[in-house]
Amino acid sequence: MSAPSQDNAVKGSIITRAIIYVVLILFVIYYLLPLYVMLVNSVKPLEEIRSGNMMEFPKVWTLEPWRAAWSYAQIGVEPSGLRPYFINSILMVVPAVLLSTILGALNGYVLTKWQFKGHGIVFGLLLLSCFIPFQIVLIPMARVLGFLGISGTIPGLVLVHLIYGIGFTTLFFRNYYAAFPTELVRAAQIDGAGFFQIFWRILLPSSAPIAVVTIIWQFTNVWNDFLFGASFSDFDSVPMTVALNNLVSSSTGVKEYNVHFAGAILAALPTLIVYIVSGRYFVRGLMAGAVKG
Amino acid sequence: MKDRLQEWVPRLVLAPSFLLVLLFVYGFILYTGYLSMTDSRMLPSYGFVGLENYQKLFALRHWNTALTNLAIFGILYILISSLLGLFLAILLDQKIRAEGLIRPIYLYPMALSFIVTGTAWKWFLDPGIGLENVMQQWGWENFEFNWIKDRDFAIYTVVLAAVWQSSGFVMAMFLAGLRGVDNEIIKAAQIDGASGFRIYRKIIIPMMRPVFLSAFVVLAHLAIKAYDLVIALTGGGPGRATELPATFMYSYTFTRNQMGIGASSAIIMLIMIFSIIVPYLYSELKSGEQK
Amino acid sequence: MKSVRGLKLTVSAAIMAAAATTATASDVEVLHWWTSGGEAAALNVLKEDLSGKGVGWQDMPVAGGGGEAAMTALRARVTAGNAPTAVQMLGFDIKDWANEGVLGNLNDVAAAEGWDDVVPAALQEFSKHDGNWIAAPVNVHSTNWVWINKSALDAAGGKAPETWEEMVSVMEAMKENGITPLAHGGQAWQDATLFDAVVLSMGNDFYKASMIDLDPEALGGEQMVEVFNRMATLRSMVDDNFSGRDWNLASAMVINGEAGMQMMGDWAKGEFLKAGLTAEEDFVCIRFPGTQGSVTFNSDQFVMFDIEEGGDAQQAMAASVMDPGFQSAFNVVKGSVPARTDVPNDDFGYCGKKGMADLAEAGSNGGLFGSMAHGHAAPAAVKNAVYDVVTAHFNGEFEAEEAAQELVNAVEAAM
Repeated sequence: MSAPSQDNAVKGSIITRAIIYVVLILFVIYYLLPLYVMLVNSVKPLEEIRSGNMMEFPKVWTLEPWRAAWSYAQIGVEPSGLRPYFINSILMVVPAVLLSTILGALNGYVLTKWQFKGHGIVFGLLLLSCFIPFQIVLIPMARVLGFLGISGTIPGLVLVHLIYGIGFTTLFFRNYYAAFPTELVRAAQIDGAGFFQIFWRILLPSSAPIAVVTIIWQFTNVWNDFLFGASFSDFDSVPMTVALNNLVSSSTGVKEYNVHFAGAILAALPTLIVYIVSGRYFVRGLMAGAVKG
Repeated sequence: MKDRLQEWVPRLVLAPSFLLVLLFVYGFILYTGYLSMTDSRMLPSYGFVGLENYQKLFALRHWNTALTNLAIFGILYILISSLLGLFLAILLDQKIRAEGLIRPIYLYPMALSFIVTGTAWKWFLDPGIGLENVMQQWGWENFEFNWIKDRDFAIYTVVLAAVWQSSGFVMAMFLAGLRGVDNEIIKAAQIDGASGFRIYRKIIIPMMRPVFLSAFVVLAHLAIKAYDLVIALTGGGPGRATELPATFMYSYTFTRNQMGIGASSAIIMLIMIFSIIVPYLYSELKSGEQK
Repeated sequence: MKSVRGLKLTVSAAIMAAAATTATASDVEVLHWWTSGGEAAALNVLKEDLSGKGVGWQDMPVAGGGGEAAMTALRARVTAGNAPTAVQMLGFDIKDWANEGVLGNLNDVAAAEGWDDVVPAALQEFSKHDGNWIAAPVNVHSTNWVWINKSALDAAGGKAPETWEEMVSVMEAMKENGITPLAHGGQAWQDATLFDAVVLSMGNDFYKASMIDLDPEALGGEQMVEVFNRMATLRSMVDDNFSGRDWNLASAMVINGEAGMQMMGDWAKGEFLKAGLTAEEDFVCIRFPGTQGSVTFNSDQFVMFDIEEGGDAQQAMAASVMDPGFQSAFNVVKGSVPARTDVPNDDFGYCGKKGMADLAEAGSNGGLFGSMAHGHAAPAAVKNAVYDVVTAHFNGEFEAEEAAQELVNAVEAAM
């Protein structure tokens, strides 16, 4: 897979290739523009933003907005910057992503290799759950969390993200395992291997690519969620996006755009890093089956 | 006895997920359906009012605007993102030297939350400080780009930003699909003298059918939940011109204290989503199984 | 449970004094949306004050949409049985929550400190429910201000307008001078803020009949048609790019002379001061012409929820909020004026002093009204219905007559 099927390539003249490159570069600009606007304005003093051209390079360079956003901007009454909220987000994201990925893997395994009567309907119901608008679950979910005694806690948030992530993780793993040779599973069964043994020894070792896809997807969704974070957290479990929102969307206060942009990039860094570092595996993982219906 | 157990283990493994989803998705949908027939305002209350909320809902101008916008937005967004994703994937699949550099650039917008990229887009689209202004400063005096300020065009700027966010992701899906195509098929076609364009049109793109399905699921999911995007970009304006069902539902349920109407809009939206998605998924999964 | 609380509180007047010196174990968790630099720093004054009384502060800010996000979060919290101790709240939201029967009671501290005498009646309308104190008001923002760039005004004749006609001619002159007369952000609440002021300029009685009493005759009558005509006039004074603009960017246009004036609540003052401008020298603050002596207000209040433990901390917090020292310190920073009428105005600037005087005058002559645009005139559903019509008209979807008729329908449908 390290040498992809490059033979699909259209064999064209130099002109064709030049056009291809020009088009690709145009799109690079399209995708980078908003990031450029954010970056360039995050290193300008506020007066320059107010008076100037938003595309221009700063006349005065400053890293102060970045320092402010990270460690001393006002988030509530505390001038704490975004720093303390990082840990809350991590504590929430890691278990939520891992648990939903594990459940998705097991579900995908059952739905492809241990099919039972009605497995199609079960999968259909899980899949459709991806489309539920989150606004409608807010109030009943709050009641359930209160009933369970975990409202306003990180475990509560983990549970919520786990539930609404199952649909996608199951979809990804099911499609991946569907392409996995069932003969191997049958052979192992004849050798006397049990349900978990087969999963552990045969399927799991080759699941890395799809696990990457699932983890990236879940990580992005959970990390960037605002609605659940704002509604189901307490003063001591506030995640990053809620803090970022507190930083950027004050209603009647002065708006420090440079700090906002710096904060936004800081808040997005973990997902950005995940994307850039694992981008290569990501395509490979998708290729290995996630996109096979 | 052991066989018996083996038969039940898979179902037991699946059971927790299934029960969670049954309760927290479908149970809540039923609950919302019930709320939609009550006089709930700020908090749920259980005075039954029948279909009154639905009557009120369809009498509201904004609801109709929201539905029209969802149609425009949903269709354009899913179509453009899919086609652009496919197009870029095909281009990137032409032995591009800098692929490793370009790919993450196309992909990264998906990693960012719209809470702030919305602001960057808003500025960029604003004629006073954004693209129009910059182009004019650079000498194109007649350059005009004020869609975001125009009631009839603002929804297209929402499409533009939404496509920006997710088309790269779709590109990655198609790229993976393209890389999965069996070389032998292509070679055979080339020997037959088919042109590159024909090979794509006749052979490769039809093979991307499962990718279109996955892309559709992901994009439809994102289209329905396009809430942050609208709030950050236009706030539903100018006027209420870019209201979408998601923003409508949120505002009636939570800011207007008309939870009954909010719930009824959620139910209508779910009926619409399911009536489009269920048949599509059904036919796709069915044909997938036959293979 | 309430009676137990009541019993506990009968002695609280005495305990309050003790609480000030001896540390209690309880903390307050405060849900609010004052997250930006100045206002959050101002709130920190309250936090410090409470920690001096041994009450810890657990901060729970949720910004967004002028408190909308916080109110959503609050609903989830209350539904979960996990209500915060104290919540920043505005206008009719307080009434709605009071009607749910989930709020605490501040009668004892209010009686001990004599709130009845120092809080204007129009504010008590929101701070009290069934005769019981349920909230401690922090500030009064008034919304019928006009902020004018001084040099732009001088170029346009130099006299601050006192009537609608003078206002129009000043704006015409500014237009001829090549600047945008009115800096405005096209967001529903900003459109409605203009609308509030224009309605009030038709007279106190008309404001009360149409916005507070929601009388259909007033909502659809000739005066309302005139209001919409005036809104259309204001619309013609705005630049092409107004739609979606944040209010503070509109302020910036006035500050740098690109635009002549802005009609916005007194929080805009902070932008002018922060840009280094001085009242009367660089900018002028006046009441919207025709509304002199009257004030439309919104008031942030801390509402106490009925929770099992921490009643003492709630009382302590309420007392701190109503402390004249805090009211002065906070409002100087926030741009608003104190909710108490007996706070000395020494620390306030020119516009702040004027605001306090106006508030006192309006309070005494019956010209103090809750702002429709800011949720102090009617419940949320009605407020948003008014937004819908006002913003649709402002964006050219309706003619004036049509808009007035729509207003009647929309308000009726929302009730």
